[in-house]
Amino acid sequence: MLKVQHPGFYTSIQDLGRFGYRHLGVPVSGATDQSAAKRSNALLENDPNDAVLEITMNGPNLEFTKPTYIVLCGAPLEASLDGVALEMNQIYQVSEGAVFTSGHVREGLRTYLSVKGGFQSDLKLGSRSQFYPITPGNTLKKGAEVPYNPNTEFDPKLLKIKSHHPSRNIKITVTPGPEYELFENDYINELFTKRYEVSKNHNRMACQLEPSLPAHQIRIITSATLPGTVQITPSGRLIILLRDGQTTGGYPRILQLDAKSQDRIGQMQFGDVIGFENIG
Amino acid sequence: MSTPPFKIKPYGPAALLLEWPNRVDEDILMDILGFRSHLLQQRLLEPEWELIPVYHSLTIINRNDPAAIRDLIQLLPQWHESLPIEHKPETQYWEIPVCYEISLAPDLLEVSEKLGLQPQQVVEAHTAQPYRVYGIGFLPGFLYLGGVPEALKLERRAEPRLHVEKGSVGLAGAQTGIYPQVSPGGWHIIGNCPVPLFTPDRNPPCVVAPGDQIRFRAVEKAEYDLHKLESEIGIYNYKTGHSSA
Repeated sequence: MLKVQHPGFYTSIQDLGRFGYRHLGVPVSGATDQSAAKRSNALLENDPNDAVLEITMNGPNLEFTKPTYIVLCGAPLEASLDGVALEMNQIYQVSEGAVFTSGHVREGLRTYLSVKGGFQSDLKLGSRSQFYPITPGNTLKKGAEVPYNPNTEFDPKLLKIKSHHPSRNIKITVTPGPEYELFENDYINELFTKRYEVSKNHNRMACQLEPSLPAHQIRIITSATLPGTVQITPSGRLIILLRDGQTTGGYPRILQLDAKSQDRIGQMQFGDVIGFENIG
Repeated sequence: MSTPPFKIKPYGPAALLLEWPNRVDEDILMDILGFRSHLLQQRLLEPEWELIPVYHSLTIINRNDPAAIRDLIQLLPQWHESLPIEHKPETQYWEIPVCYEISLAPDLLEVSEKLGLQPQQVVEAHTAQPYRVYGIGFLPGFLYLGGVPEALKLERRAEPRLHVEKGSVGLAGAQTGIYPQVSPGGWHIIGNCPVPLFTPDRNPPCVVAPGDQIRFRAVEKAEYDLHKLESEIGIYNYKTGHSSA
């Protein structure tokens, strides 16, 4: 069992997502930086879809009541296990009763902590990803207990991989969204030449950018949205939908981020600067 | 081959958007839902594909095989042409209890005043006809309902509420709907529905599906309390029948 002594800023259980229920309004959820979550599972020779902890900005303190192995990937996090500082992208053996403590991420936004075999919280609609009301809460609270299967006999093929620092490249690669062609050329030019800051409104549902583009008159009938869809409100505000984003929306969908850029946005902090590059 | 009734738009590497003519129209919705059930029943698309119908569009997603998405651009018009003429989807008709008493309807008096009606007339107008489910989104189990009578159309609230109770029945613009969970919201709240429309432990978690019709039935507070209790202990029976559509 993993016991949460202190949950940190926003720590949740995530796998790769909950699929097959979007037509009923259920967002896919899943790790925001999917490649970092997959990397942490790969090192432990887990299934890519095994559930991991997604740690945001400020990490948790945790007690492991059973022996296992852990890995941290994604945003570099100040963390230690029984007082020994941990490095990223490296496998550590965890003894019974070991205590994991952590502080701030040093860069980027989200760190992934995986255990051998994955966390075994309840499957809800085919996924362990936390999302209210599908699961009782959005995050792990103080005192929460998360099961995992103990392991003392793992013989890893690889103990460590070269550090993958989360990419905070300014370039966000996109393809045109369904309503892209309804906008005038000048508007589209401005969309691609402008630089944007990630605003404070950045969570698992969406990331809003500043400044806004000019107000516009394009109106649509509500239609499906995807993780990575960039909506533009009538006042010109750009909203990038992320993993917990709603499945339908009434704002024009001007751009669509590819998977790599969604991972990238998931590692951006308030004030980071981005620009869009059209690869469509 | 005749022209399909939809345009196909690329929507990122893993999805396509099929768009029918740009209007809210029951015939369009039925064509979309008939096509969707044809694709699934005939196994033209395997179950891992996700098909999301909302109003006048169908979004088709395959997160594992982007190449298969591109192949569909040729195939979808052919498949639509091969649809049997009588391909109307099966839809159901649901009767949903709503209590319109003031304690559960914080905006009913204000709405009545704005519409120039008595509260009882608002309730009668709201319960007089069935509403078509044009899609489910915004929140898990939130139904986009069409068919609000002209007499009930009004602007949404100037200031959205930060906390709308679960089950609240709202009215805004040409739309009405039920909040399936506590949520912020800008609609006028004219009643409350005691039975959940989304239950994560059931499969499917939604009793109502796109294309269904629902009709609200006004109930007294005593019946509201009873249905609420029945839902909580899992013995509430959703009232249904086959719709005429």
